[in-house]
Amino acid sequence: MSAPHDMSVAELSAALQARQLSSVEVTRAFLERVTRHQADLNAFISITAEAALVEAAQADARLRAKDAGPLTGVPIAHKDIFCTRGEKTTCGSRMLANFVSPYDATVVERLRAAGVVMLGKTNMDEFAMGSSNETSFFGPVKNPWDVARVPGGSSGGSAAAVAARLTPAATATDTGGSIRQPAALCGVTGLKPTYGRVSRFGMVAFASSLDQGGLITRSAEDAALLLGAMAGFDERDSTSVELPVPDYNGVLGQPIKGLKIGVLKEFFDKGLDPEIEQHIRAALDLLRSQGAVIKDVSLPNLPLSVPTYYVVAPAECSSNLARFDGVRYGHRCDNPRDLLDLYQRSRGEGFGAEVKRRIMTGTYVLSAGYYDAFYLKAQRVRQLISNDFERAFHEVDVVIGPTTPTTAFELGAKTSDPVTMYLNDIYTIGANLAGLPAISLPCGLSHGLPTAMQIIGPHFGEERLLNVAHRYQLESDWHRRVPPGFA
Amino acid sequence: MSLNRSDIVNIARLARLALTEQEIPLYVEGLSRIMGLVGELDRADTSQVEPMAHPLPGQRQRLRFDSVTETDRHELYQRNAPQVEAGLYLVPRVIE
Repeated sequence: MSAPHDMSVAELSAALQARQLSSVEVTRAFLERVTRHQADLNAFISITAEAALVEAAQADARLRAKDAGPLTGVPIAHKDIFCTRGEKTTCGSRMLANFVSPYDATVVERLRAAGVVMLGKTNMDEFAMGSSNETSFFGPVKNPWDVARVPGGSSGGSAAAVAARLTPAATATDTGGSIRQPAALCGVTGLKPTYGRVSRFGMVAFASSLDQGGLITRSAEDAALLLGAMAGFDERDSTSVELPVPDYNGVLGQPIKGLKIGVLKEFFDKGLDPEIEQHIRAALDLLRSQGAVIKDVSLPNLPLSVPTYYVVAPAECSSNLARFDGVRYGHRCDNPRDLLDLYQRSRGEGFGAEVKRRIMTGTYVLSAGYYDAFYLKAQRVRQLISNDFERAFHEVDVVIGPTTPTTAFELGAKTSDPVTMYLNDIYTIGANLAGLPAISLPCGLSHGLPTAMQIIGPHFGEERLLNVAHRYQLESDWHRRVPPGFA
Repeated sequence: MSLNRSDIVNIARLARLALTEQEIPLYVEGLSRIMGLVGELDRADTSQVEPMAHPLPGQRQRLRFDSVTETDRHELYQRNAPQVEAGLYLVPRVIE
C-alpha cells in the first residue's frame, strides 16, 4: 500500500473503511508533512495538530463502531476564510489576527459532521483580495513547483498544500478566480460551484454576489466526493438555493460521446502563452477521441469581464468591510482621540494596501454622482456577459478555455501595478459574474511549471463538469504529477 | 480617468480609512489606473439592458419569518471585542 500522502481522498476512504489504516496514523502522517514544509512553503496560518488528533481518534471510534461515512477520518485543510469554532480565523489579515471564531461555518460544520479531520487553516491573500498570495499579512505562500514563484491566489495556501501533498484536499473560495487560478498555477484540480450551491454562512464576506465556496483537490473524483458533503441548502445563507444535492460521485465515468464542447474564441485571441494553448488543444483532441463534438463559440462581451469585476467586487467589498470598526471585534488602534479617530486608525492599521485600495475603489464608484456611471453601468455589462453565456449554453453543453494566461510568475513580479495583477484573472472572472460553475484541471507542464484548462458549465451543471473532468483524468496523468522534492 | 490628491483624501474620509502621507500618492496612482481600466466599460452599448440584480436568473432574495431564532450569546461574542465592560462595548466618549 502507498504512503498516506500519496493517496487520494477516494483511496484514503477505502483504506480507512477497510481498517488498513487508522485516521490517527493518516492524520499524523499529514501533520508531519505540514510541519516539515511550513518554513519553505508557508502554506498554513494555523496548524491545529492537537484538535486534529482528537478528531482523528473520534473518527477511528466511529470506524470501529461501523458508524462511519465515506469521509470519516479523512484529513482536510480549511482556507482561513471559513470560521472554525474555537480556532483562529484570520482571513490573512492583521485586522483579524487574533479573532477566534465563536461558531463553525456551514461548510466546516457539514464536513465535521461527515467525520472529516481538520489539519489546520491555510494561508490566503488578505480578505481573499489578490492573485498571488502576496497580500497575506502572514507572508506569501511559495509555489511547490518553484519556491521563487507565486502559488496564485487568493486560495494560494490551499493550492500549494494540496500540490505538495500536505493534505489530500482543501476548502477554498472563489470570487474572481481564487480557487481556479491557484489550482492552475500549482497543478491541482480546483472546483468553483454554482453561486448559491454551497453555503456562504461563516465564510468571511468579500463580494457577496460573487463569493462561492469550493474545493482544491488532486482529482475531479475527490472533488465530487467532498462536494456532496459540503453542498446544499442552508437557511442561514439568504442566497443559498433550495435544490437537492445530486450524487456527484455516482455520475462519474459516464461516456461523453456526443457531448458538445464550445471552445471560447475570445480566450484564445491574444495574450495567451502559446504553450498553454497547445496543451489545451491537445486536451480537446483527447476529449474528441472519446466522442465529444468540439465547436467554436463566441462571447463578444467577455473581454469586458475584468473592468466589470473591478467595479462590482470593490463596491461590495467596501460595503462588506464596513463592519470592521475596531469596536466589536478585530484590530483596534491605541489611544483613540474620539470615535472617528478610532474607526479611521483601526481600519488604516488593520487593513493592508490591497484591501484599502479595493475599499477606496468601491467607495468611489458608489459615491454620490458616480453610482450610475460606474456601478449601474457595470451591472448592465454584467448582464450582457451573463446573456452571452446563456446563448452559448443553448449551443453547447460546456465551454473550455485556459484558466490563466501564463504559468506561475515570480514573487514580486506584478506587485507594483494593481492592473497588471488584476489581468491574471481575465479568464476566470466571467464565471463569477454569471454565477456559473467552473473547474480548472492540470493539462501539461511548461518549463517545469503546470499549465491548466478550465471547463465552465451552465448553472448547477457540476455533475457534467465533474464527469468531463474525470473522463479527461482517466486518460491523462497530469493531475498525478508531484512537484520535485514533494513525492 | 485620473484622480488627484484631494479625491483620495475625500474617498479615504468617506471610507473611514486613516492614510499616511506616504500612502496617498500610491492610491492616487493605483485608483487612477483602476479607473482607467473601468473606462473600458464605455465601449459596451447598454442602452437596451437592465442592470443585473442576481447572479441566478429568476432568483429572489429569500425572506424568513420575523421570529426569534437565536439565543443570547453576547458573552461568547464579546470575547473577541477589544474593550468590554459590564456587557457593553466601550468606545471613546461621544457626548462631552
